[in-house]
Amino acid sequence: MEKNSYLDMELLRFSTAGSVDDGKSTLIGRLLYDSKSIFADQYEAIEESSKRKGDATVNLALLTDGLRAEREQGITIDVAYRYFATPKRKFIIADTPGHIQYTRNMVTGSSTSNLSIILVDARQGIIEQTCRHTFISSLLGIPHVVFCINKMDLVDYSEEVFLTIKKELEAFSSKLEVRDIHFVPISALNGDNVVNKSEKMNWYGGSTLMYLLENIHIGSDYNHVDCRFPVQYVIRPQSDDFHDYRGYAGRVAGGVFKQGDEVVVLPSGFTSTIKSIDTFNGSLSEAFAPMSVTLTLNDDIDISRGDMIVRPHNQPNVSQDLDVMLCWLSDKKIFLGGKYAIKHTSNDVRCIIKDIKYKININTLHRMEDDKELKMNDIARITIRTTKPLLFDKYSRNRITGSLIIIDEATNETVGAGMII
Amino acid sequence: MKSYNLTHLEELEAEAIYVLREVAAQFEKPALLFSGGKDSIIVAHMARKAFWPAKIPFPLVHIDTGHNFSETIVFRDDFVRKIGANLIIGSVQQSIDEGKSVEEKGFNASRNVLQTITLLDTIEKHKFDCAIGGARRDEEKARAKERFFSHRDEFGQWDPKNQRPELWNIFNGRKNIGEHFRVFPISNWTEMDVWQYILKEKIEIPPIYLAHQRNVFIRDGVIMSTSDFIQQRETEPSQIMQVRFRTIGDATCTGAVESDADTIEKIIEEVAAARTTERGTRSDDKRSEAAMEDRKKQGYF
Repeated sequence: MEKNSYLDMELLRFSTAGSVDDGKSTLIGRLLYDSKSIFADQYEAIEESSKRKGDATVNLALLTDGLRAEREQGITIDVAYRYFATPKRKFIIADTPGHIQYTRNMVTGSSTSNLSIILVDARQGIIEQTCRHTFISSLLGIPHVVFCINKMDLVDYSEEVFLTIKKELEAFSSKLEVRDIHFVPISALNGDNVVNKSEKMNWYGGSTLMYLLENIHIGSDYNHVDCRFPVQYVIRPQSDDFHDYRGYAGRVAGGVFKQGDEVVVLPSGFTSTIKSIDTFNGSLSEAFAPMSVTLTLNDDIDISRGDMIVRPHNQPNVSQDLDVMLCWLSDKKIFLGGKYAIKHTSNDVRCIIKDIKYKININTLHRMEDDKELKMNDIARITIRTTKPLLFDKYSRNRITGSLIIIDEATNETVGAGMII
Repeated sequence: MKSYNLTHLEELEAEAIYVLREVAAQFEKPALLFSGGKDSIIVAHMARKAFWPAKIPFPLVHIDTGHNFSETIVFRDDFVRKIGANLIIGSVQQSIDEGKSVEEKGFNASRNVLQTITLLDTIEKHKFDCAIGGARRDEEKARAKERFFSHRDEFGQWDPKNQRPELWNIFNGRKNIGEHFRVFPISNWTEMDVWQYILKEKIEIPPIYLAHQRNVFIRDGVIMSTSDFIQQRETEPSQIMQVRFRTIGDATCTGAVESDADTIEKIIEEVAAARTTERGTRSDDKRSEAAMEDRKKQGYF
């Protein structure tokens, strides 16, 4: 690594979804292996385990299957996080299992991703699972989607096969809201177009997967337009040096805040101006998502956790009645008319489930308006009413101020993931 | 046009600070587990940043096995004094004296496992409802599945198959009385990120991370420091080597690596070229394939 080059590196979070057979683990293993991110002792450990299980080749899936039950059953249960870096970027992979019962894992792993890799078996083309993954990537508002048409080696590296699948995927994706789509023909097993350009597919003039991962523009993935600052914690040193200091700590959820900006504090509606944007390393002239900073204001206003600092002419929605696309995560069914706790930005409220409008068949995208029974892994549009107004944006506009989780008050479990419509 | 982009270290720091503030807001009595190792040092460093100009609003807790490298303890006391934090020590020796723990015997005896008992005892005694730690997901495969906010039942146990899903940056710290949370602000950091951050922020670390001459012996291919706490076999003669430590745990289970890296820059070069994981020098992880998972279920860090 070049000296100091790490000071220019960016962070890209991506998720991979796929089933046991479509080569997802092989692909991750390939990315880690070809970027020299697998250590010798890790490799030895999985080589040893593979041998013990009688596998002919080293099973790179064992790298990510960390729990005993996963290794015993040969399945991935939970989202596993993997890390690697190239001189340009550091990558966080949320590796999610692809079985149908694990939609919740896919939703979880996708929630923070910049990019989603969807594997398609070149021999099979689009299958139900492909639709499911694409739909979830779109639902979770992942800005970039890369379809990897895998196992090209098994279809003689045929351009025709690739183009047919690509066309089908384009047709399907046009029904969804995906901003940026890419298609790469690969063989994860042999490494074609993963890190190194394939010599067997000269007809393909596009980028390798690694090139995309390293170069795709992620600067606009956060909202830098609508100023949103959910107050997380109030800092009052009460020391001699900072006697009257009152700082509002939080992470910018959208827009660019500048010193001197006129702001309004919600829900109170009081206005003031930004006196300073403070950090331990000194004051800043501006702050943007996802920076963690502390704001001080020129007026003494009563502000606490759960409040939101915004600009007067660009305010979020304020309402107690919300429509939400919900992914149900619990094995206990949702209770229509039931009361649940909600966490939204730095706010804690309670809600009542007023209506389940329709469920979505995630394989066909059909709306099911008669089926109101919401079970684990189901996705539905619901209406809720909250105990006090939430300050929110549409999820499609802002993934931070547009998302919420639903908690069962009896067990404290997180039972639902909601995207505000 | 100006680009609004953070570097990877800035983004990781912003995430960790967000998590630390979330702890202060969601819990009544949190504590920061501080071993004097590099990971807990950077967590404490970022806790300072998170609440500045106020002091860190929770105490630092050291679970002291009594088998420390002396350099770590000197560093710990110095660090705590400098940042004006409150330090609470949970003593494994005391747990043994009180009959709560039984010392392992033999050549491979270590107090690493006993830490769990003392840790849970300390959490209970001070009624901490959250313990912040410096564990990272890249360290070990069982940790790859760990949450930022990780729930522990009233016995301090972790149930890996039944974890709460964690979405976006919304952390659910709700719990019943007697239960607590472990929170890992640097979950997404790698060993390389930690060293780059130490260099960028000019953070002081215990000197034994840097290459130095040391009296050591070799056991099962691992370079161990000679110490009053370890019994050497006759076949394990002492020798002087130029070494450094990649992790600092209990002196009985932390191996050194041969190294000339006597500056942070050189360590970064070394880490970039390394072919084994940093915990490859930890004999506590080598007890079985699921050693870490089993210890974590019982309440280990």
